[in-house]
Amino acid sequence: MPDKTTLQYTPEHEWVQVDGDVATVGITAYAAEKLGDVVFVDLPAAGSSIASGKVVGEIESTKSVGELFAPVDGEILEANQAVVDSPELVNSDPFGEGWLIKVRFAALPELLSFDEYSALVGE
Amino acid sequence: MTEERFSPLHQAHLDAGASFTDFAGWMMPVRYSSDLAEHHAVRTAAGLFDLSHMGEILVLGPEASDALDYALAGKLSAIEIGQAKYSLLLSREGGIVDDLVVYRTGEDRYLVVANASNREAVAAELRDRCSPFDCEVQDESDDIALIAVQGPRAFEILTEVPGVRVDVLGELGYYRSAHGHYGDHAMLVARTGYTGEDGYELYLDPEAAPALWDALLETGAGAGLVPAGLASRDTLRLEAGMPLYGHELSLDTVPSQAGLGRVVNLKKEGDFVGRAAIEAGPDDGARVLVGLAAEGKRAGRADYPVFDGENEVGIITSGALSPTLGHPIAMAYVALESADLGTELFIDVRGTRIPATVVSLPFYKRKA
Repeated sequence: MPDKTTLQYTPEHEWVQVDGDVATVGITAYAAEKLGDVVFVDLPAAGSSIASGKVVGEIESTKSVGELFAPVDGEILEANQAVVDSPELVNSDPFGEGWLIKVRFAALPELLSFDEYSALVGE
Repeated sequence: MTEERFSPLHQAHLDAGASFTDFAGWMMPVRYSSDLAEHHAVRTAAGLFDLSHMGEILVLGPEASDALDYALAGKLSAIEIGQAKYSLLLSREGGIVDDLVVYRTGEDRYLVVANASNREAVAAELRDRCSPFDCEVQDESDDIALIAVQGPRAFEILTEVPGVRVDVLGELGYYRSAHGHYGDHAMLVARTGYTGEDGYELYLDPEAAPALWDALLETGAGAGLVPAGLASRDTLRLEAGMPLYGHELSLDTVPSQAGLGRVVNLKKEGDFVGRAAIEAGPDDGARVLVGLAAEGKRAGRADYPVFDGENEVGIITSGALSPTLGHPIAMAYVALESADLGTELFIDVRGTRIPATVVSLPFYKRKA
């Protein structure tokens, strides 16, 4: 599991871990907690292009539907098949095994720091 | 905006780490840890629910029976002391003001339990409708807490809780209630619920409720009892095909549309509010409530449209991926022509058409 304090965040409650030109993206524990038990995850296919701010996937719980917003412009390298097969990983390990997509990007937009995100969700 | 209201068990929920949701102005637990785990616990062992937000209205007096026969859709004079009955408060137009459980707790005493969101409306209507009769209507909601213990192990747990005394618990039939005690506090014990499982609902003094809540959890822990929030309550009642006011039921819904024609007693003597409208029958083209079952994991949810071929024929009122059955289920109002069992329809799930079949309700029925 990555160190949460070194991750970057979006106001849509996603976390982004940057390694070179690849971003790994998931939803935060706060978002997973708000959704409740996740029972279905729909992710974009590897090779597809995504545009920052656009809805590229869905995370459904028994109670509601959360949207996955692309945090960057780029190309999907990998969608996490383990999460598709076992959606509960989003709840049990949102920052680790519950990651959702890996994206190759050209430029990184300005994202929130851990402190900024913590302030946003009031924690 | 009115002030947020808190259950007498609020501190217990905070201590248990519950997440909360606003329900009809009340801060109530939506889940404690996992709504799926809470759901499964109720189906396989037992769950404990705080329902203190619900409305409890007493109707008392020599003509209480006659008053309720006039005020409600059912024949409440026909139920015995200790019996409970599901009923409806209808508008003059035959629409549903609320769905209720009515307990006869004495010759001249009834307890009417209303949805939290409709408590004021029900109390006002009952006062108005009962005024020609020799009886009193008292809204006791603020002075009654409600704890439900639901699931196949509910009985064994309740019998073992220190301080709970109910003489006839072993003989208490389904939809029956009895007077009991928790410590020095009087308690009404009812074998009723809203989960599709066997279980009990316990009405008592809010001051005694926290101690009973803790005692139930402590006693039941070994049997698998867990506190359960409103999220699991919703999926449990959906699987059991039970309507929820504001979803399946409304002022614009007449009982027969919702499959509740049997709840309206047209054979009872005398007038009752809504009778003329019900006898006139529903409007032509009125949609009817059906169950829909689909495959896969993507569930139709409230307000999603339903199609028969290319024609939009209805709308979902409640839907979820059924935790017990493992496939999506929904209740929906659809055109009569599309309501036959086995009809193949489509749910528009955010732009994707998902095939769904009309099935009979309930989706889930416990083994006897």
